[in-house]
Amino acid sequence: MRTLPTVQVALDGAMPDMGLAEVARRRLVVRDSARRSIRRRRMAGRAMQVICLIAVPIGVAPLVALVLATVSKGAGAVNIGFLLHAPTPSGVPGGGISTAIAGSGEIVAYAIALAVPMGLFIALFLFERPGGIASTIRFSADVMSGVPSIIIGIFAYAVYVERFHHFSNVAAGFALGVLMLPIMVRANEEAMRTVSVDLWEAGVSLGARRSRVARSVVLRGALPGVVTGNLLAVARGVGETAPLLFTVASPTFAMTLLIFNDATQPFSDAQQTAWGTALVLLALVLILSVTARMVAWTLNRKTR
Amino acid sequence: MKRHDEVTGQASNHATDPRAHFDDRSGRLAKESKAAADRHDPEVHGAAVTLDDVSITFGDHVAVRNVTLQMPARQVTALVGPSGCGKTSVLRAINRLHDHTGGAVRGSVRLGNLDVYGPDVQPEVLRSRIGMVFQRPNPFPTMSIFDNVISGLRFNGVRNKRLLREMGIAALHNAALWDIVKDRLNQPALRLSGGQQQRLCIARALAIEPEVLLMDEPCSALDPVATAKIEDLIRHLSGEVTIALVTHNMFQAARVSDNVAVFLLGDDRVGELVEVGPTDRVFDTPDDARTKAYVSGHVG
Repeated sequence: MRTLPTVQVALDGAMPDMGLAEVARRRLVVRDSARRSIRRRRMAGRAMQVICLIAVPIGVAPLVALVLATVSKGAGAVNIGFLLHAPTPSGVPGGGISTAIAGSGEIVAYAIALAVPMGLFIALFLFERPGGIASTIRFSADVMSGVPSIIIGIFAYAVYVERFHHFSNVAAGFALGVLMLPIMVRANEEAMRTVSVDLWEAGVSLGARRSRVARSVVLRGALPGVVTGNLLAVARGVGETAPLLFTVASPTFAMTLLIFNDATQPFSDAQQTAWGTALVLLALVLILSVTARMVAWTLNRKTR
Repeated sequence: MKRHDEVTGQASNHATDPRAHFDDRSGRLAKESKAAADRHDPEVHGAAVTLDDVSITFGDHVAVRNVTLQMPARQVTALVGPSGCGKTSVLRAINRLHDHTGGAVRGSVRLGNLDVYGPDVQPEVLRSRIGMVFQRPNPFPTMSIFDNVISGLRFNGVRNKRLLREMGIAALHNAALWDIVKDRLNQPALRLSGGQQQRLCIARALAIEPEVLLMDEPCSALDPVATAKIEDLIRHLSGEVTIALVTHNMFQAARVSDNVAVFLLGDDRVGELVEVGPTDRVFDTPDDARTKAYVSGHVG
């Protein structure tokens, strides 16, 4: 049983045979070193742990402080009426932010309608047709996601507001869509890359058309990442102010503009409204982020 | 660059190769440790691994139970058996990898006379005495070939450049890889073929001069030629290092091991050790009927 032949490799003569004594000596060198240095290595490890433990609160503190400040200053303003009533001029009680919530919702809806499908198709192109064009698009997307949002606002102003001679939520949605698009493209493509080539080949080798594999294998596999990435991009867009400055007709038509407008007024009731709106917006963004995580979690669970 | 024949021509080239510093190494190694080596310290002359009534559980799930097994010093002990019967769990109990995976190890594991799970044992120091090779070659992708080999030495506080070079070259020789990589020591490790990467991982494990080498199906991702080289290596190393080899391949166990431990799944889906003994004996005249069925290929 044990005489099965094996391929002989040059092992003998590869090195002067030093015997067990030499091995034992070398072993001692390493053991001595390991033992002598373990105190230092443990200390270094502890030090790193301490640094990490210190870094956590320092990093989380701004977030906590921000939420606490917004809640403590804004909670007094928020009630059902605040959400359901239209804004009133400063000094007139009973005003709310219903127009701003509705306007923001409308703007984001336009942005989603524009950016989500485009983002998916562009990402699919990048995934399916790698090459010079794809690299160029990818590079432009990276550059685009770094463009200051105020410039995107001016761009929307130039192509929409100037041409049609009126401000509108469509223009604002267009601006937000342009802002969100590159983020979505990159997130989608990253998600698609997590689907292994093996699965793609398995699909193709079953006779499926590429478009079918893209739909049933690539997109399906990337879905958790796609949903998360898009929702996070939306959360990012909801909070933008600059792209709306040149495009929305009135600051009462968008939450971020309302915050900007009311916070800079000298009237305490306006400032109170600004804090309240900030709280509502913060809650909204938080809900979006949490939803993104939960959706991804649920979708991932389904596959196991 | 001079061409080196893989099988012959080694010794003569070795003397002329400027990088082969092993011949002119200083007396440092000997000086530092001669006294201890002369003491005949059991630690440095290879240690047996002894498992006594070891059970390993992950939460509610018992992976393997009541394993009592002696792996003699400087011999190859093969752990064979079907998937999921706890061979790898047993292997990972020896160097305390379960500390990090939430597995609970009960019973006694000893390395020589040392209780592996004793209260004073520092896992890092323990693991510097035990090398491990995994199923898939896992060289550090960001390191060069040579940096991979000496990474364990660096992790264990060896800083002397000359020493690092000497021991790294020795490890490469020991893993039968020196001829192949001597002209490309600074290249990324991932440029090697799969079999060469696995031998690099063996060299990396050998560089810390382990007393025990744990090998978890080291050939499962390799072709027959690369497998044969690893098996030769195992035979070659067995006189120096205690080797625990997990394998699915009965023929491999028969070819390279001195002792075989057969694991099977019990009726309640818990892995258990069915039989252990010298390889020839277990394969030729197994005591246990289940072993007989398994080794002759009727089961599993």
